[in-house]
Amino acid sequence: MKSSLIIIVFFTAGIVVGLMMSGSGLSLASGMSSYALHFLLFLIGISVGSDLKVFKILKKLHFKVVLVPVSVIFGTLAGAAAVSYFIQDITLSECLAVGSGFGYYSLSSIYITELRGESLGVIALLSNIIREVITLTAAPLLLALFGKLAPLASGGATSMDTTLPVITRYSGRDYAVIAVFSGTVLTVLVPFMVTFFL
Amino acid sequence: MGEREPVNSVLVALLLGGLAGYALRERKAVLKHLDRITFYSVLALLFFLGLSVGANDVIVSNLHSLGLKAFVLSVSAVIGSAAASWIVYRFFFGAGDEK
Repeated sequence: MKSSLIIIVFFTAGIVVGLMMSGSGLSLASGMSSYALHFLLFLIGISVGSDLKVFKILKKLHFKVVLVPVSVIFGTLAGAAAVSYFIQDITLSECLAVGSGFGYYSLSSIYITELRGESLGVIALLSNIIREVITLTAAPLLLALFGKLAPLASGGATSMDTTLPVITRYSGRDYAVIAVFSGTVLTVLVPFMVTFFL
Repeated sequence: MGEREPVNSVLVALLLGGLAGYALRERKAVLKHLDRITFYSVLALLFFLGLSVGANDVIVSNLHSLGLKAFVLSVSAVIGSAAASWIVYRFFFGAGDEK
């Protein structure tokens, strides 16, 4: 939660600087964010490639654990599609692309900005931050309504890091392993799925 | 926005990172800095995203309506994924893990 606040502070600082620079800030920002995005993806690759515990989890829990990220994908897309009709100026595929961030706001928002411009990029950023905040604050409610997988399903890609402490606390240690697995799978899928829909 | 980035180059970066990570998997001294460097690069990314938002007048004047759309989308996505996970929980996890 603290790191989310720091991130929001940096985002806000960027807005303030952007307001002062106005037009001249745009080309600088898109060039720099492109470099930063490549670097970030490289780092994510390192973290997944250097720690193959995901595959051990898969082996230990058998095939049924794969159903968890699959259900998160279908549930998220169904949820995003269900409201696309009511949201003006955004197409169904754009809603699905925003949903495909699975809470991973830094990656999905930059990606969507590159593909569709700042307007949808901002929606992706806010929407995926809100998803993380909902998971952090409503985990007990989700647990009561939808069972022990619900907090980590709500966390999406963040269930491997930022929302993991909350998931472990409410669903129990057994589910922490599933959360790491599901979060890792969804994290890796974010760039592929966002590209697929846009 | 200026030139659109070829997205495949980003996926190449992901793949190269995976290979580098696999090669470095025993080098714990190098890997322990990874989380911190990742966090710093996320901060840099978000700062530049903020920059491009702030420099764009159309977005600045529509920020609250964009926020509302984002909120509706995320609430619906959370409910959808939690409900879908309930089905998996009910039929594949529930019975065995309760005890």
